[in-house]
Amino acid sequence: MSSAPPRPAPPESALSAPYWEGLAQGELRLQACAHCGTLRHYPRLLCTACFREGVIWRVASGRGRIHSWTVAHYAYHPAFGAELPYTLVTVDLDEGPRALGRWHGGELALGLRVRARVEVKDGVPTLGFEPQPG
Amino acid sequence: MSGLTDRACVTGVGETAYLRGSTRSAFELQVEASLAAIADAGLAPRDIDGVIPIGIVSGIAEDFIDNFAIEDLHFSAVIPHGGASPVMALQAAASVIASGICRHVLIAFGRNVSASANKAGARIHQMPQFHYVTEFEHPLGNSAPAQIYAPMARRHMEIYGTTVEHFGAVAVACREHARLNERAIMKKPITLEDHRNSRMIADPFRLLDCSLESDGGAAVVVSAAEAGRDAPRPRVLISGVATGHPDSPASITQRPDMTSLGLAKAAPRAFRMAGVTQADIEVAEIYDCFTYAVIRQLEDMGFCAKGEGGPFVADGRLRLGGALPTNTHGGLLSQAHVWGLNHIVELVRQLRGEAGAAQVANARLGLVTGYGDLGDGALAIMRRG
Repeated sequence: MSSAPPRPAPPESALSAPYWEGLAQGELRLQACAHCGTLRHYPRLLCTACFREGVIWRVASGRGRIHSWTVAHYAYHPAFGAELPYTLVTVDLDEGPRALGRWHGGELALGLRVRARVEVKDGVPTLGFEPQPG
Repeated sequence: MSGLTDRACVTGVGETAYLRGSTRSAFELQVEASLAAIADAGLAPRDIDGVIPIGIVSGIAEDFIDNFAIEDLHFSAVIPHGGASPVMALQAAASVIASGICRHVLIAFGRNVSASANKAGARIHQMPQFHYVTEFEHPLGNSAPAQIYAPMARRHMEIYGTTVEHFGAVAVACREHARLNERAIMKKPITLEDHRNSRMIADPFRLLDCSLESDGGAAVVVSAAEAGRDAPRPRVLISGVATGHPDSPASITQRPDMTSLGLAKAAPRAFRMAGVTQADIEVAEIYDCFTYAVIRQLEDMGFCAKGEGGPFVADGRLRLGGALPTNTHGGLLSQAHVWGLNHIVELVRQLRGEAGAAQVANARLGLVTGYGDLGDGALAIMRRG
């Protein structure tokens, strides 16, 4: 049996390089408009409120609530075959935007409080979430 | 009513055989279906003066000019919205016909997904509209439509109580219809229990919630309404057509309401243009990449209130003989997956009275939807005229 290929890495993008640099350091960074402060995610050129360019990257708390989820039972890329089944969660971050991440916890429900947990797999910073204690 | 209402009609439809493991290229399949549609319309290939090739590995306008010896092509376009593209192309075709630019527009699709480089988990990452998925979600293992769409269905289930049996009702209706269709790939009867017991792919989607991976081609010719009077087959008029994009069209993760699709914006415009209501629709061909997508689109089109799509499809409503016969050819779930061009072909056949064992008696008004990429939508309301 041949070894699995490495997991797909994000393509290089000047627009979102600071996001990936942050994630590699364990930070979840979001674009904030340099003019009006409005947050936006995933990274894009223009502010959704004032339609201007210019970004300041802010570090999000990583805390939020479960919006939805899926459990993968089939690997559409061979890199993930050995990880089946795995769960992906969509999270409403407390700052407003959403994030997708791997789930490191048990039973899920809409609204469940979670916090971010970043791992590096095959050299790719990988966003995950776990239940928020307390 | 609007400037497009009943100004264009479908005069020709064509399909190849649908199968798995075709040895023919996407373009060969596209051309085979095109020639069948052009012949069905009573035309010669060089009569085509507009072409809208569909698909990511499609022939381009120049290929059609070369192969069909078209002397003067007046219009071509590429519509990059996945499975919404064929119905979106009806809108484009009707527009250039109503404005007098074209008389006969060909819309054609072919695909061969049996080639190993073209599997579901790979091909979307060749498409720029998936760039957020490719960058932020594919590295996490969110790689293919089943996984990407599953959170929409899960949230619908959690909020509205939609059930596995509701999904199953869609799968069973499509399979029953496929059994009546000579071109359908899937002929084995299935029950709700078979659906529930099929293996999980991306929870809540089981194998029988997922559309087929298949090879084939399909095509239609859209003509000026008056030209349709001279066609050998009854013309099928495009009475209303509209397209719409969901909020956050390139990311379901970031969509404010992930249980709403672009079709919710398009549908009121299409019904208004056609001057009809949901109650007037006699047959529906609804893009069924996944069972859930049919339930969601029924809500977005206003056939039932938001959240009531599950109970709406239960009790056989979508089956032949039910109140809203849907996907009378078997759909993408059981006939074949050619980006929904087969749905347009089937609606035309129904409205011509050519649908054979699956014919809805005396059907004169029906609709066809498209669903593309991350939730782009399109709706055409058509009538025998």
